[in-house]
Amino acid sequence: MKPIIYINNRPIPLEGEKNILAVARKAHIDIPTFCYHSELSVYGACRLCLVEIEGKGIVTSCSTPPREGMRVFTHTKQIQRLRKNIVEMLLANHDQACPTCARSETCSLRSLSAKLGIENVRYRKTKNPKEKDLGSIALVRDPNKCVLCGDCVRYCDEIQGIAAIDFTNRGEDVVVSPAFNKSLADVGCVNCGQCAAVCPVGAITIRSQTGGVWEAIQDNDQKVIAQIAPAVRVAIGEMFGMPSGEVTTGKIVAAMRMLGFDLVFDTSFAADLTVVEEANELLKRKSAAGKLPVFTSCCPAWVKFAEQSHPDLLPYLSSCRSPQQMFGSLARNMLPQRMGIPQGKLTVVSIMPCTAKKYECARPEFRTDGFQDVDFALTTQELGNMIKEAGIDFASLEPESMDMPMGMATGAGVLFGKTGGVSEAVVRYAADVLGEERPDSIDLDEIRDIKGIRETEITLGSTTLRLAVVHGLKNAAYVAEKVLSGELQYDIVEVMACPGGCIGGAGQPIVHSSEERQARAKAIANTDKISPLKKSHRNPFIQELYDTLLDEPNSEVAHKMLHTHYTSRKRIADESISLTGSSTQERVKVRVCVGTSCYLRGAHDLLANLLKTIEEKDWAQKVDLGATFCTERCDKGPSVAVGDDVLHFATLDRVVAMIQDSVRA
Amino acid sequence: MCNLNEIALKYKTARTGCERRVIICAGTGCIANGSLKVHAALKRIASERGLDVTIELRGEEKHDVLLSQSGCQGFCQVGPLVTVEPEGFLYTHVKPEDAEEIVHTTLQNGKAVDRLLYKNPADHSPCKTTQDIPFYSRQTRNVLKECGHIDPESIDEYIAGGGYEAARKAWLELAPEDICTTYKEAGLRGKGGGGFSAGVKWDLSRKQASEDKYIICNGDEGDPGAFMDRSILEGNPHSVIEGMLIAARGSIANHGYVYVRMEYPLACKRIRKAIKDAESHGILGDNIFGSGHSFDIQVMEGAGAFVCGEGSAMIASIQGGRGMPRTKPPRSAEVGLFGKPTVINNVETLATVPQILRYGVEKFRSIGTEKSPGTKAFALTGHVVNTGLIEVPFGSTIREIVFDIGGGVIDENGNIDNTAFKAVQIGGPSGGCLTEEHLDVPLDFDSLSSIGAMVGSGGLVVMNKSTCMVRIASFFMKFTQHESCGKCVPCREGTRQMLELLEDITEGRADETTIPLLEDTAETVKITSLCGLGKSAPSPVLSTLRYFRDEYEAHVNGKYCPTRECSALVPITIDPKICVGCTLCKRSCPVGAISGTVKQPHVIDPGKCIKCGACIEICKFKAIS
Amino acid sequence: MTDTLQANRSFRKVIEILDQHQRDPKMIIPILQAVQEEYRYLPQEVLVFVATSLGVSPAKIYGVATFYSHFSLEPKGKHILRICDGTACHVKGSGKIITALREHLSLNEKKKTTPDMLFTLETVSCLGACGLAPVLVVDDDVYGQVTPDKAIEIVNELKKQEGHDV
Repeated sequence: MKPIIYINNRPIPLEGEKNILAVARKAHIDIPTFCYHSELSVYGACRLCLVEIEGKGIVTSCSTPPREGMRVFTHTKQIQRLRKNIVEMLLANHDQACPTCARSETCSLRSLSAKLGIENVRYRKTKNPKEKDLGSIALVRDPNKCVLCGDCVRYCDEIQGIAAIDFTNRGEDVVVSPAFNKSLADVGCVNCGQCAAVCPVGAITIRSQTGGVWEAIQDNDQKVIAQIAPAVRVAIGEMFGMPSGEVTTGKIVAAMRMLGFDLVFDTSFAADLTVVEEANELLKRKSAAGKLPVFTSCCPAWVKFAEQSHPDLLPYLSSCRSPQQMFGSLARNMLPQRMGIPQGKLTVVSIMPCTAKKYECARPEFRTDGFQDVDFALTTQELGNMIKEAGIDFASLEPESMDMPMGMATGAGVLFGKTGGVSEAVVRYAADVLGEERPDSIDLDEIRDIKGIRETEITLGSTTLRLAVVHGLKNAAYVAEKVLSGELQYDIVEVMACPGGCIGGAGQPIVHSSEERQARAKAIANTDKISPLKKSHRNPFIQELYDTLLDEPNSEVAHKMLHTHYTSRKRIADESISLTGSSTQERVKVRVCVGTSCYLRGAHDLLANLLKTIEEKDWAQKVDLGATFCTERCDKGPSVAVGDDVLHFATLDRVVAMIQDSVRA
Repeated sequence: MCNLNEIALKYKTARTGCERRVIICAGTGCIANGSLKVHAALKRIASERGLDVTIELRGEEKHDVLLSQSGCQGFCQVGPLVTVEPEGFLYTHVKPEDAEEIVHTTLQNGKAVDRLLYKNPADHSPCKTTQDIPFYSRQTRNVLKECGHIDPESIDEYIAGGGYEAARKAWLELAPEDICTTYKEAGLRGKGGGGFSAGVKWDLSRKQASEDKYIICNGDEGDPGAFMDRSILEGNPHSVIEGMLIAARGSIANHGYVYVRMEYPLACKRIRKAIKDAESHGILGDNIFGSGHSFDIQVMEGAGAFVCGEGSAMIASIQGGRGMPRTKPPRSAEVGLFGKPTVINNVETLATVPQILRYGVEKFRSIGTEKSPGTKAFALTGHVVNTGLIEVPFGSTIREIVFDIGGGVIDENGNIDNTAFKAVQIGGPSGGCLTEEHLDVPLDFDSLSSIGAMVGSGGLVVMNKSTCMVRIASFFMKFTQHESCGKCVPCREGTRQMLELLEDITEGRADETTIPLLEDTAETVKITSLCGLGKSAPSPVLSTLRYFRDEYEAHVNGKYCPTRECSALVPITIDPKICVGCTLCKRSCPVGAISGTVKQPHVIDPGKCIKCGACIEICKFKAIS
Repeated sequence: MTDTLQANRSFRKVIEILDQHQRDPKMIIPILQAVQEEYRYLPQEVLVFVATSLGVSPAKIYGVATFYSHFSLEPKGKHILRICDGTACHVKGSGKIITALREHLSLNEKKKTTPDMLFTLETVSCLGACGLAPVLVVDDDVYGQVTPDKAIEIVNELKKQEGHDV
């Protein structure tokens, strides 16, 4: 028999729950909380999940393990009063601009204060307004709304392993901020937006681009075309009262036409193209003893993460652009001609489950004829808001079909929406190429003990493919380090930053449990199941595209249009240490890179020895020495710039020799 | 291997070779008053006068005078302190200029320098030794006993006094389980606040299966006004190390940390030296006392955060993070420093530990009360004749402390006046205010908590009738508010709001909703805060509201501060000697607070007055202020 | 010339400090204490360097540096005046000393360092020298039973030593 506890005098069986809060949720009692998040460590700071335990008094249910026979009460008179007081304390300093807040409808503080019947805040505002961070292209940080629950801090650290933000200051001055109160744009933030997704209020929100899209739509001279990512179709219905996982592709198309989009395409089409390109890259690298594994590159958060913290990994990244950017490039290269308009009259919009796509589409390398390949990357939420703004009754719309040719997609292309999907699609393609008949679905066992890392081996003909599928960047970093050290060996590693892949993207409608995500993932799998075409290369328009434009996979033209390159990137902007005072004399400028990669390659000791040498040789008047954070040539570190020359793989002797030459000159 | 007996014998032999010993207090307080200059002057002049002076004992050399420095003796107010043994003369307020006379009269002729002796404030009679000074004679100095008598930088002297024998016994003769049982039987309770049984704590950690376990000595004494931990670390650091060794044996720990406030540089220096000396004697490190076991100690200096005195915050700080407390369970004894079982005891507790093994459980339990055996140090300060660090048995009363040891209350003019007593604030920012009716309540963990106060850190501030209790509550609230880590909502937001409300009261902005809201907020913060700091933050407010509610009400309803400390609430009055009854003020008052008939002095009703100042401005005779 | 050498030496010291602490991330606090000892504050770019060396995120280091009141992210003056505002000192009038010194040095609650970088005025919650209340600590020297006049005298003495007009 299962042990039981009593919640409000009703017996509830225990099934391994770690805390009373989880037991109560199972018993359909929604105990309020801001800082409890089942995927993160227990923090216990908001103090709202108070319950009374007979004989023990008032405790927080998030941090108290259930014990057999416990009698728990969740809404005694005292608890109601205490909860109200705590919420009142929060409201006193909360910027109550609710009607104009992006999270107005999904704000936990707003709904909780309504539920608790708070009619009046007896406390006064004690804090001065703080500046908003508007620097990031993907996210807006507004400390005036923050309740300091720390969900964002823990997500960024515990799941993504980045810790781009943390608590700063103490007591009433505490804020969540990036290092040195810089903008999110200037630090290691990868724009995954999960901080915004877990934020219970409007302290971190998605930077909306709907204004620009409306403007383009309302401009009669502009042709506005759109692509819709696979994960959008299984989630947007949630904003219109539909259950999670309801597939609404046709309704989206109808709604977007009603909004004024001229053509509506499917990003899954570009995903099919990605499969063909990436699978060929994989097979080529495998047969030609190239760099293995291939790390996927469809997730822009992961790509930025790799660029700034794992420069050694960059040669392993697939050179394929993400489906969004492949689509953008195709659109720019094909549509103006087909539609008979100049490039400047074409606006390309993408509808994405993702906030990092906003950053990706603005990367300078993704441009054609000087125009951004994708002008605007809207999130699912933003599209939902546009539909609402236009007063469209989304749920009642009759489905319509996408425009051709780029509205045609296989089940494999749709699978990109969830973790494991890219791998599965690539395997399906590879199986065909390698002449192996096999079921359409692969089985990824969760065999590693860390959740979020799955791996398997598949033998296709004489070739064995070793796959790993990872979501969460901390997991990705773990796999990357093991791969670089040779401890783990794979042929392909699929990485998605967000939980469950793109269906769990931060641009999706706000959810409060993992159940919604599971429903979305299931819907993606079902879409694939009922899809008549399951292999990307069987997409007739993909075949046509190669015949008419791209020649063959990985061809020169394909490389130009569909592939990209990566550069190592600073983790924190604009930092350098001047080790020199002023001097009237002209001096040789020496800059030692002490970025992460150079550091790992010995820059630390090099700099120490250099400093010693300068003092010994009494060069202070001749040499202007400084340390800089990242010359962005991490693969060749340690890097030292002497005058205009950059020395890679620097050693003390070589640097000293170079300085000597310059000093003499 | 370390032979304690041999070291002790050697030291004692050397010591008997010195006729006299002069001990100069070199605690933070006396150093600030110039005691090191006194030390130098004594050394120079004694040598000039032909005395053989040494500052260090070496072998069997014979000397006339051993000139030592001690740690804090607790009576900083009258420092620099100089003690001459064997006579035991205690000189106060000693200046370098006094060296000449001390050398001549005492060191050469064995007589006391009368003018440097402590004078009993009541009758100005001179007190020759500490035994004649009520401040000392009424105390029971057990833990603080050696502070001021021994050279804190000499491990040999500590050993000669029986030191490290208890630790040796613990490591060589006793099983960890027996040690825990002994300390449970002794009933030693944590003196840093909560009063949790030390033996139970060790035992909990002992039972955890883990290769590494930690002992943390909590020396992050943050209570603004308490300094017993500083005094012990400065005056007798080896007693703390020995306590840690015994605690380590009891809980089977192999690593130790001493966490000291960075505001205590001398304490840091002395504990560091003591650790080094203990290591070189084989008392710390590998194979201690030849037992085959190892135990090491590291010192960590805090970086300025009161909240780090809370166990889990201290652990976070040692691990290199922000010192924010975490929720429990698990307890630190299960999952503590670096995830390992960890025992945290405070300095005073650890300094008490060796005494129980040294003198036995019975002896320990013979002092203090049944449930709070032993002694407790308090930092006595405020409006009292003698301020300083004192040690008394648990169960002593405030009356004994304030009037016997403290020598009575001083009034606002600095005169002794026991009728001026108003309250004591005990336990610092986490404690409460007690009144005359509590003068005979025994000071122990349970009695104090039953009246809304706590032993806490041991701060004991005496207040006379000139002290405004709302302002005292506000002072402590300002402190906790400033030191809140900011993690949990009630402590971060609630303390700030309480401070606002208190300031409303002291500045005359309060109305009838203020006190109820203050009480409601205090109650919420007390029940719902995450850690002990937050939970106890409202204590000063709640206890002053409980015992001095009329004072709060006078501020709010009468817009009047009974002590006149709140300048915003000093009432505007008309001087009846100057007022000619012209009625101008009465007519100018917008709220009708002034009454009086023509040609008769007028009166202002402080309850109605809004202090607009219109009357002051209009009065031609400057009768209103 | 001298500040070149100074910058050079200070930074070399940072490298030494990191090595002395085995570049161990759990030693963040002692490392920052030592760095601050060297620079008298925590320069931003040095913190970034320390973060890189310890393999922790700059935000985390910043979080630690801003949590503890001992750490300063702005340069402190040559002389640090610390007034104890613990209970004993408060009761004995430390507030008046704070006011007097602030006025004398044209400082306020937010502005803690004089423009000539000579003095930084801080309040601390207790120096544990309650017997001497009120207490003023100037650099490493403790002054007891201080009055507003005495405090100003101490400051003027330091100004004279630095060759400033009083």
